Amino acid sequence: MEMLRAENVGKSFTLHVQDSTVISVFEHIDFTLNKGDCIALTGASGAGKSTFMRMIYANYICQEGSIRVRHGADWVDMVSAPPHEILDVRRQTMGYVSQFLRVIPRVATLDIVADPLKAMGVEVEVARGRAAVMLRRLNIPEALWSLSPLTFSGGEQQRVNIARGFVADYPIMLLDEPTASLDAGNRAVVLDLITEAKTRGTALIGIFHDEDVREAVCTSEFDITKFRAVNDG
Amino acid sequence: MAMNSLLSVENLTVKYGDRVGCRNVGFDLFPGEVLGVVGESGSGKSTLLNAVSGQLPPHSGRVSYKTRLNDRCDIYGMTEPERRFLMRTDWAFVHQNPRDGLRMSVSAGANIGERLMGVGWRHYGEIREAGLNWLEKVEIDDDRVDDLPSTFSGGMLQRLQIARNLVSKPRLVFMDEPTGGLDVSVQARLLDLLRGLVSDLGLSVMIVTHDLAVARLLSHRLMVMQGGQVVESGLTDQVLDDPQHPYSQLLVSSILQV
Repeated sequence: MEMLRAENVGKSFTLHVQDSTVISVFEHIDFTLNKGDCIALTGASGAGKSTFMRMIYANYICQEGSIRVRHGADWVDMVSAPPHEILDVRRQTMGYVSQFLRVIPRVATLDIVADPLKAMGVEVEVARGRAAVMLRRLNIPEALWSLSPLTFSGGEQQRVNIARGFVADYPIMLLDEPTASLDAGNRAVVLDLITEAKTRGTALIGIFHDEDVREAVCTSEFDITKFRAVNDG
Repeated sequence: MAMNSLLSVENLTVKYGDRVGCRNVGFDLFPGEVLGVVGESGSGKSTLLNAVSGQLPPHSGRVSYKTRLNDRCDIYGMTEPERRFLMRTDWAFVHQNPRDGLRMSVSAGANIGERLMGVGWRHYGEIREAGLNWLEKVEIDDDRVDDLPSTFSGGMLQRLQIARNLVSKPRLVFMDEPTGGLDVSVQARLLDLLRGLVSDLGLSVMIVTHDLAVARLLSHRLMVMQGGQVVESGLTDQVLDDPQHPYSQLLVSSILQV
């Protein structure tokens, strides 16, 4: 079953602070994601893998095309939908594990991980319970759960980010280098989480630098380089 | 104007003599939505906030609000007592300086209780109970209930102002730089508190701030103002991470990294 379809997508950045230089990034991207897929975005560093992922999440604006997402019984175009609809897609349908953890200082790790479930309407105690299971799986010591993750090491922050992403069973997941900077044990946990999600029917798009990881979990690869726009000069 | 919006602003223009405070501003605010307004000093943010919140009659344009009875009323078309009643019951305004929103000569408990009496509460025991309850919500020890606000720290004053504003269960809250002038640890605590209250109570909020980090953490949607006009608006993280207008790009690129 089709979950996401990008058609004729184009992206450029206009840098007004630098004489309005226009940098074209992509042209004519066509991309389809089905239930149970795990598609790896590939291309050299700087090819625009994260940019494309951010366009899907509507964090970046697309100048051309459409990115339609199956949202419950409807289809929502992430390029043209109004903000409150995009927020609803992010709340119910599409999770995103980014490389950065952005949270309010002082909020406990357990609550940060439980937050996506609370936003979906799950009761606080149930949400905290599921957050605890996820944190335990990702080997975050229980003694740290009441602290803000902003005080954690880079690897720990990343695992909190992963816990937060996987706690809610979204139908679509975007993963931006979820296994970077993790040790072998935790990497195996993340691979298990991805495999379990695929089995549930989650549709995933990921950026993975390790070829082993791609081979272990991905159903196909999508080379973003083919859609690079040609810039003059 | 969107059908299900709580507040609709159309073509709002405010002038100070020949000078323009804000020009042709329009937006819809939906139930449960937090709208941030950012821009440098003098860009018209506070003018807009005051005009939208019924405190500064605009030169032209319209502000309409959907009441609990589901009828849409024109804020500047109603009588002064009607507008006052709305501001006291359905709306709340959190000032940057808590001294502007509190009565400094009466106790903390009375500051909270006064709003409740304004909406018809008369039972002393219930009012005091609600006051204590709200002090706890904003993390002020209950043994401070009879103290004058003048004995409170800046962060406590701001939290007391928030309690006073939210106790009467408003549906729409206006905030003018609520974390301005507080040191960063107090600010973090207040942000956490505000975010929790806004989502638990399902409030709609219009918040003016010049702090883009505050805007990112609190607001769903953002409007960027420059020279009295809205130059860009959209999803908060979109505006901050992929700004389109020259002024938004300048604003975002001017943030200091810690």
